[in-house]
Amino acid sequence: MTPEAGGVDAVIDAVTAVFLVLGALMSLTATIGLLRFPDLMSRMHAATKPQVLGLFLLLAAIGLQMRQWWVWPVLVVAWIFQLLTVPVSAHMVGRAGYRTKHLHPELLSVDELEAVVRRSAAEQEGTGTGPASTAGSAEDPELDDVLGLGEAGDGALRGAAGQNLDDRGDGRGDQGEGKG
Amino acid sequence: MKDAVLIITAVVLTLAAAGAIVRIAVGPSLLDRVLASDVLLGIVGAALAIDMAVNRHLNNLFLLVALTLIGFIGSVTVARFVSDRRGQANDS
Repeated sequence: MTPEAGGVDAVIDAVTAVFLVLGALMSLTATIGLLRFPDLMSRMHAATKPQVLGLFLLLAAIGLQMRQWWVWPVLVVAWIFQLLTVPVSAHMVGRAGYRTKHLHPELLSVDELEAVVRRSAAEQEGTGTGPASTAGSAEDPELDDVLGLGEAGDGALRGAAGQNLDDRGDGRGDQGEGKG
Repeated sequence: MKDAVLIITAVVLTLAAAGAIVRIAVGPSLLDRVLASDVLLGIVGAALAIDMAVNRHLNNLFLLVALTLIGFIGSVTVARFVSDRRGQANDS
């Protein structure tokens, strides 16, 4: 920033300063959310703010200050890579959090995965020879857990259903059994 | 104005990093720590970007691009291999 700028430069410097302070405040917002929110899912919601909007503001500030045309494509590339990779990690963390039950079911307003898991479990019980043949109980449970996390689509659903059947002993399993 | 912006953003980012480190320390689950370390990485990237914008240099620009490109690999890897069966339900 130029110390004593006038005209357009002063306006650009002011806009840059606002962008920088807002971008830094996004990080503080995420931290407050991390510290105060009750479970993993809501903390994930807070954590995405500096990663997308905060980075956008800071990159825009860099572009405003540098005034070189070749900087803008690099900044756009950086932001697009962030937009592409943040959902990937959020998806993996969210799914692992659901499967290891790091959530409060009473705090969820919609749990779309629960119906899918229950239906998949019911199908498996109908087609199989009984609960003993379902995934997870026949093999090493830890191995099944690790494998199920990495597979997409049907495999993941089967893995989740296996975990649901596995943990029938606790509260959530009992609830699913009663409703199904 | 340059000094004021630097001081404000430095204080804000320091507080944010301290809070993220507190969340990494207290957990309570592995996924919380992974999430908090992701936020910490974002704060480091924000510090790099603010330094570049205020001091008008581009030394760290490609470091920033690399951070946005490969920063997600760590959390994906940990989430891929997490299997916490010892903790009880709702232990978040």
